[in-house]
Amino acid sequence: MADMNWPKQGTAAVLGATPDRIDGIAKATGAAKYTYDITPDKMLLARALGCPHGHCQITAIDVSPALQVPGVVAARALKNVGAQVNWEGDLVAVVVGETEGAVAEGLKEIKFAFNPLDVWVDDSDLAGAEKAGRTQGAGDNTKLDNKDIKKPEEQDAEFKRLLDECKKDGAVVEGEYGIHVITHMCLEPHGSTCEWEGDKLTAHLSTQNVSGTAGQFATPLQIAATDVTVHCDYVGGGFGSKFGADSWGVVCAQLAKETGRPVKLMLDRDLELKNAGTRPSGFIQVKIGANKEGVVQVWDSKHWGTSGIQGGPVTQGVIPYVFDPPNRRRKSIGINTNAAGARAWRAPNHPQACAITQVAYDDIARALGIDSYDVFLRNLPTVTNNKAEVYKAEMEIAAKLMDWRKKWHPHGKGPAKGSVVTGLGMAIHTWGGAPHSSTCTVKIHPDGAVETFLGSQDLGTGTRTVIAMVVAETLGLPVDAISVNIGSSKYPTSGSSGGSTTVGGVSESNRRGATDALNLLLAKVAPKLDAQPEDLEAVKGRIQVKGNTAKGLSWKEACGLLGMTPIEVQGNFQRGVTQTNLSSNGVAGVQMAEVAVDRETGVVKMLKFVAVQDMGLIINRKLAASQIYGAVIMGIAAALYEERIMDPTTGKFLNAELADYKLPRLGDTGQIVVELYEPESEYNRGVVGLGEPPVIAPPAAIANAVCNALGVRVGTLPMTPKRVLDAIAKAK
Amino acid sequence: MKDQEHQNGKSGFNRRDFLRGSGAAAAATALATAPQLAFAQAADDKKVVRDQTTITLNVNGGDHKVIVEPRTTLLEAIRYQLKLTGAKPVSPDGVAGAATVLVDGKAMNADTLLALECAGKKVRTVESLGGEKPDAVPAAFVHNDAQQCGFCTPGFVVAVRAFLNAHPQATEAEIRHGLNGNICRCGTYANVIQAAMEVVKGGSK
Ligand code: FES
Repeated sequence: MADMNWPKQGTAAVLGATPDRIDGIAKATGAAKYTYDITPDKMLLARALGCPHGHCQITAIDVSPALQVPGVVAARALKNVGAQVNWEGDLVAVVVGETEGAVAEGLKEIKFAFNPLDVWVDDSDLAGAEKAGRTQGAGDNTKLDNKDIKKPEEQDAEFKRLLDECKKDGAVVEGEYGIHVITHMCLEPHGSTCEWEGDKLTAHLSTQNVSGTAGQFATPLQIAATDVTVHCDYVGGGFGSKFGADSWGVVCAQLAKETGRPVKLMLDRDLELKNAGTRPSGFIQVKIGANKEGVVQVWDSKHWGTSGIQGGPVTQGVIPYVFDPPNRRRKSIGINTNAAGARAWRAPNHPQACAITQVAYDDIARALGIDSYDVFLRNLPTVTNNKAEVYKAEMEIAAKLMDWRKKWHPHGKGPAKGSVVTGLGMAIHTWGGAPHSSTCTVKIHPDGAVETFLGSQDLGTGTRTVIAMVVAETLGLPVDAISVNIGSSKYPTSGSSGGSTTVGGVSESNRRGATDALNLLLAKVAPKLDAQPEDLEAVKGRIQVKGNTAKGLSWKEACGLLGMTPIEVQGNFQRGVTQTNLSSNGVAGVQMAEVAVDRETGVVKMLKFVAVQDMGLIINRKLAASQIYGAVIMGIAAALYEERIMDPTTGKFLNAELADYKLPRLGDTGQIVVELYEPESEYNRGVVGLGEPPVIAPPAAIANAVCNALGVRVGTLPMTPKRVLDAIAKAK
Repeated sequence: MKDQEHQNGKSGFNRRDFLRGSGAAAAATALATAPQLAFAQAADDKKVVRDQTTITLNVNGGDHKVIVEPRTTLLEAIRYQLKLTGAKPVSPDGVAGAATVLVDGKAMNADTLLALECAGKKVRTVESLGGEKPDAVPAAFVHNDAQQCGFCTPGFVVAVRAFLNAHPQATEAEIRHGLNGNICRCGTYANVIQAAMEVVKGGSK
């Protein structure tokens, strides 16, 4: 019988290798078809009109003039007169036509008028938001070493006493830090191409949730979920924003029904940024006290931010981030702004929490004149995830790769080359990454062909390649012998890709399905080889008696014994139900940044970045490294470049085009060094998700490096040249 | 409060609107300055010429008849009429580089070119680098895993092809300097650099 457990470290044939991704060439030559690329015959194009004001009441909306434009086939208002619009860009109408030109002209003809209402978009100004009545408490939590102190006034006194003690003996820092709202900026915008056949809908949807979106079309369209097929072979970015059919997906389906033709409705870039996903901001005021070794004794903070119209801040549970000192008080306040609701953004809450709290830990190092590395090291006993030893090992590796000890200088005390100073910073992170539930169908055909089906998706992780590797490992076949089918809601249900759950989930179901299928095959083959099924193994394209190449059949011969009927087996993993040795939960991760800062221009340049990451058992080392490179680059973007900028008067999102929304380019990212940390202790844990963790620490690590270079804290991210210069000027 | 009335597009004009024949959804009416208004007025006086005409585009070595209006972009023509969807619409101003194609050998953004301007020119799309034996650039992208979601990748592949055609011996520093016209949200830049370096050194083993 084939063993379900993963092979021992170092004995796997395929796992841990670096095969190219199996759909790589399709992606690199334009053959891969994304939702935006699906162009059924007779397809019509649709575009939406966004509301021009951040908060208003509609006084007129008339789409009929659009219908006079040649080439416009349909138009509809999405809101009625009297309706209140709560953010700029909220979709108010849509036009369908034969060409992009006709649709654009039609949009222009729509009559739309409104009464402006009061707008609030400033999420950094807590006092202003309070005055405008835009705040709401979002939870607080207090923890004191002395548990007998329970009354609020006594707790106040105790925090004061603890801070005074630190002031005497160690250091106290009163800091203000922040990180602005950013968008998901999926390069393929949200949208769909919908086509009907009678009463059956096929929705080609740009989604990270293939198995979970059919019902989201069916319910509002009042049809059965069985009559909906959601299809997505390739998705051009999601990052947590593409779990839903979205209101405009449903509208697209309705318009396809109404016109009797397939309709494509993808959001324009600006509407994409205004509607389809942002990450909440985070701002904090903190008093942090440490002893003279730099071990933090007390943390007392108040933080706020916005998730748009929902008005929530970064969750208080992750403040301070990873570390949890013996005395800690935190309070969180949400600000309700005229902006679309935030969506899950890669590692929800964590990057902001890291960016606004681990900078305070670094400021302790600055205040005491201690090496930041030592401050992080000495605080490891307080980490919340029991991974102090993993962090310690990863810190040592990272320090070596960065040459930290040699390059380190106290904050602001490094050598300057003209106006340019350099500095080092670090940060650490954590994430869960337990696999999602997943079901697959594995088929072994009598001619030896193998295929697997599941309603999963490839967000860019390389889902197809991971699945092929797991099945190939299990069946003793090469990776290219496995045909992988994902991307249809008609396939067995597999979880949405969110929270670093996919690689674990699809590995679970496919390892299980392929093992069961193999055992059925071994039972067929055993009599032929005069052996018991449990004595057989599948290796290198053969079914043979264990360790005996002479006594076996080729894979093809073995499958020939199936006669006419393929083997078909379901692999099933249910999160929280299925007992498993194949996967686990929880990672650490250490990152270090080296930057150069020009004191005259305020420009920060990335020199080098080191990321050391554990993820349990690694399926494909090349794809794993890519995830980390990419995450680091996204983190550099949030540290130095990107933010949403809003006009306080009209509530307009001012930089909602790529020309104005700054992102790093290829030349902006410096040298990135990735180290996959996989000692046997990690390998034996099984698969743990990787997508989120490496995107968490970069902003904090880079902010700390900038502070180390300048000796001055740039409190708010992204650290644009202006913010850098302002911080320098303020410190003078 | 007085109604803010406006007919979309009667209030602003920019390159993007010109290209798409669109008025930006209710552009900043209330904020318009006198010169802006004058410019908008001038823009309004222009008639949309929507007459269709059939032209021949030479794409990937073959002549193709397409029906275009003056405002039809090259991107719209190749994607919807020739079904060559490798070049991607990411932002109408071309700053993402995702719609990069070669026009007479030069890397250009198909989303900021009018189809009419391309008649008589030789257009090559990313698809011409694929097929049975893919070009060294996409092959190196695969080998170095320079794609994640892959939406930016076709544009990047064409940009790298064009850059290396002009600089076959490019150094890493030159690659870092010369390929800043493309945006990748998934963060494949490090892998793209490796891929380009591999092509310079003679392709993947
Ligand atoms: S690979 Fe996703 S945008 Fe570049």
